[in-house]
Amino acid sequence: MPEPDRQPLNLLWLQSGGCGGCTLSLLCAEGPDLFTLLEGAGIHILWHPSISEASGTEFIELLERIIEGDLQLDLLCLEGSVVRGPNGSGLFHRLAGTGEPMMKWVERLAAVAGHVVAVGSCAAYGGITAAGGNPSESCGLQYDETVDGGLLGGEFSDKQGLPVINIAGCPVHPNWVTETLLQLAAGELQREHLDEWGRPRSYADHLVHHGCTRNEFYEYKASAEKPSDLGCMMEHMGCLGTQAHADCNTRLWNGEGSCLRGGYACINCTAPGFEEPGHPFTETPKIAGIPVGLPTDMPKAWFVALASLSKAATPNRLKENAVADHIRVPPRRRPGGKS
Amino acid sequence: MSRRIVGPFNRVEGDLEVELEIDHDRVKSARVSSSLYRGFEQMLQGKEPGDALVYTPRICGICSVSQSAASAQALASLQGVTPPPNGELAINLILANENLADHLTHFYLFFMPDFARETYRDEPWYPMIESRFKAQTGSAAREVLPARAQFMHLMGLLAGKWPHSLAIQPGGTTRAVEMQERARLQAIIFGFRRFLETTLFGDSLEHIAGLDSIAALENWIEAREPDSSDFRRFLAVADALDLHLLGRGNDRFMSYGVYGLQGEPRFRQGLWDGSEQPLDTALITEDVSHSWMVQQKHPRHPFDGITLPDADASQAYSWCKAPRLDGRVVEVGALARQQVDGQPLVRALVADNGGNVRNRVIARLLEIARVVMLMEAWARELKPGEAICEHKPYPKEARGYGLVEAARGSLGHWIKIKNGRILNYQIVAPTTWNFSPRDRDGQPGVLELALVNAPLRAGEKDPVSVQHIVRSFDPCMVCTVH
Repeated sequence: MPEPDRQPLNLLWLQSGGCGGCTLSLLCAEGPDLFTLLEGAGIHILWHPSISEASGTEFIELLERIIEGDLQLDLLCLEGSVVRGPNGSGLFHRLAGTGEPMMKWVERLAAVAGHVVAVGSCAAYGGITAAGGNPSESCGLQYDETVDGGLLGGEFSDKQGLPVINIAGCPVHPNWVTETLLQLAAGELQREHLDEWGRPRSYADHLVHHGCTRNEFYEYKASAEKPSDLGCMMEHMGCLGTQAHADCNTRLWNGEGSCLRGGYACINCTAPGFEEPGHPFTETPKIAGIPVGLPTDMPKAWFVALASLSKAATPNRLKENAVADHIRVPPRRRPGGKS
Repeated sequence: MSRRIVGPFNRVEGDLEVELEIDHDRVKSARVSSSLYRGFEQMLQGKEPGDALVYTPRICGICSVSQSAASAQALASLQGVTPPPNGELAINLILANENLADHLTHFYLFFMPDFARETYRDEPWYPMIESRFKAQTGSAAREVLPARAQFMHLMGLLAGKWPHSLAIQPGGTTRAVEMQERARLQAIIFGFRRFLETTLFGDSLEHIAGLDSIAALENWIEAREPDSSDFRRFLAVADALDLHLLGRGNDRFMSYGVYGLQGEPRFRQGLWDGSEQPLDTALITEDVSHSWMVQQKHPRHPFDGITLPDADASQAYSWCKAPRLDGRVVEVGALARQQVDGQPLVRALVADNGGNVRNRVIARLLEIARVVMLMEAWARELKPGEAICEHKPYPKEARGYGLVEAARGSLGHWIKIKNGRILNYQIVAPTTWNFSPRDRDGQPGVLELALVNAPLRAGEKDPVSVQHIVRSFDPCMVCTVH
């Protein structure tokens, strides 16, 4: 809750080279809803493209007042990549009504903002918008995929010494955004709370693998072979959950979901460069039958040894269920046992 | 005569600019410009076909599942696979979930707040609308956001998450449904029904979906106070501001049809051009004469479409292409869908005063009622234990297409593959149809037509009538250009 005498923090949210999906995800925030949550945190929305009244000249005047220093901007959120094309001109995204490239507006606003937040992998690194040869010449606010730089430069830091805060994800989980904003509003978020890619460690210190309901299949290398199978999706289906930094399977999405619970692979959407994995997204690349990407922190020799051992021990129940779309063989009661 | 640039328009899902030519207190002509280009069609070239299921939903965060469903259908046509009944039901439920959540978001967050603007302060209905719909502070949003979020728990169950799910596949979905999960789905849908009946309609869905004539609608309006439900509040404002006289298009409507079961779409496919006509998608072309695109000798069918940007193209004023059906402009969206399907009230309203701001919104809300009842039936028909997904490989060389209806209208994907890779992938989105620029024959797009004659209030910089007309289409600008 805000301190009684604290001024509300002014938040401005802009969209550029993206799909708007992070906002739509954010509107799914629950317990409480987004508006109530921001009110409770003492965050005032100066403008947001999906929920504010102001359009056209009212909005452009607002931007000018901020840039001229007449209106304090505490939190600048950008959703979507910085669009630099064609040929560095930024003309692929002119802010409507101004004739000027959006990247110029973002640059000016970032210079006067208290904190700068990249919402989603596009704003953080370029993301999906930078896929397939990057026709729009997109980059992130402080990264060009895995390379320091982006629009604001690798050395950028805000008035309080923080770099751009990269709430990466495609889309973001609503709570990644709300919790980061709450911590910023409370003045609690420090540089050490961000990981090497500028992501809040609150969610990026976890792996998607944590809490995966397919863990037993993973342990015994009982693998799914086709979409809708129940087995572990690491061996054949391209799942990167053991390497991806996020808490999707402990936090859950839209009530009870996650990519893996939905039956499809984790594509590591919180990582810079995820949009070009170098292989089909839902097929695991292998060398000599062994997946190229091993679980994070796992030595290869151990993985191979443990995998072959656990494969030899796979119970029939898991073998059968792994390649079915519903449980065919339930856990057996132990002879004489109670469970 | 004066010129005025209006923009950016917010609450349109993306970026939009409109150039108006104004004669006294009326819009004389309009040019609609989509101001963002990302280049998805270029990105997809050379990819494995299945990767389209990762990229295309990310064209749009609000039509994500629609993009996914169109893509899966296009890929299915390459493989020659048909989803089993459970797969069709699950896809319908997921798509309907997104479409209805979008209708709700549009009505409450995007469209209605414009009536709570200062310019209407002296209107007798203003206090009722202002307290309910004022952007960010109105009471409605605090009820709608939780209802919407709970309704979207259906996504958590059937699609893993929303937006940007990979659950929809060419042959069905990746997520089979157990018996207790089916029960849970039914509970989620019932929760949404209860919200709609209490808050949006103030009446049963059956009564709303059953409104079958203008007289029936008028009787329904008379039966209770305007302040008793949000639909009635809207109808009161629509009446006071003559919204049925605002934003008329050319009354030619198209729907690809949607929510198929065993090959039969639950909402029919067709064209309405004064009467019901069959739709021939071979007659679709995209014109780039006024687009910032490398110019072409003639408009192309999407199978042979080319998307190559050129910021210096002369005559151009938008990144959007101009799709045409047999060379002509058509309107798409909930009104078009219900008109083509033959919903009696919509047919009567269109016969009376065509496509306009009021009728577009009425059709959208009627559709919510109709689709929730369908969802209840689909959830009941799911058969736990039976297959949800069929599997077939991709051929090396083929072409195919997928057509669905997103909340805001007809969405098509056309794909050609060669040597097992995508050779060409072209997308024509709903708002590409509605917000297209002019074509080589000088024919304006639907919004450009609908803005002609829009009235200006005294001293307005950003005419509020233009705001109403633009948002009545529920535009999605990120899909438009992609």
